[in-house]
Amino acid sequence: MDIRVQEGAFDPGIELNGFTDGQPNAGAIVSFTGVVRKVSEKMQFMQIEHYPGMTENALRSIASNAVERWSLIDVLIIHRFGDLRPAEPIMMVATAAKHRADAFAAADFLMDFLKSRAPFWKKEVSVDKSTWVSAKQTDEDALSRW
Amino acid sequence: MDILYFAWLRERVGLPRETINTDAKTVADLVSELVEREERYAVAFADISALRVATDQELTDFDASLEGVREVAFFPPMTGG
Repeated sequence: MDIRVQEGAFDPGIELNGFTDGQPNAGAIVSFTGVVRKVSEKMQFMQIEHYPGMTENALRSIASNAVERWSLIDVLIIHRFGDLRPAEPIMMVATAAKHRADAFAAADFLMDFLKSRAPFWKKEVSVDKSTWVSAKQTDEDALSRW
Repeated sequence: MDILYFAWLRERVGLPRETINTDAKTVADLVSELVEREERYAVAFADISALRVATDQELTDFDASLEGVREVAFFPPMTGG
């Protein structure tokens, strides 16, 4: 498992290639990249706050659950914090499994839990105001699928 | 005991962390103690159903015991991903 919480940018393509190269036993690699969406013309950047220490532990625990449940060969999670401009990658997950069904399901599971169980908070900063992003009930409800 | 605040809760309380002496037995007791201290805490903790809590970096609930706990963090629901 490779879990990284970082302020610096990352290249999802390079990360995915590196992850894939290290998996001779995998028949399926699934990846997801989350990107800062420009929610309005006035938006300048997305500020991402986190809880150092707890963040890493929470991600590790979510990833371990996924590995157990789907017999994953490997998991990659990268999540940034700090000020990110529109179109910059915020985070990515990748899963490696023998078969695709496990790789897809585990990636979906990781994203659902990352959304509402990892201690990150987003704030949209515009020219004239800044707004904390509210958690959605649908994100909380999504956890009951698992 | 170290108390941490994140996101809009940090902004309302006006600081990211503080160390306090408390005899509070549960998280709820600690919240009551904070709310009595100053108006800004009363405002920040007005609706605890909109808040989450972690003790020693593990998510828990407001009924949780503080026995042996060194760090308590309060924050709004998380919005990662």
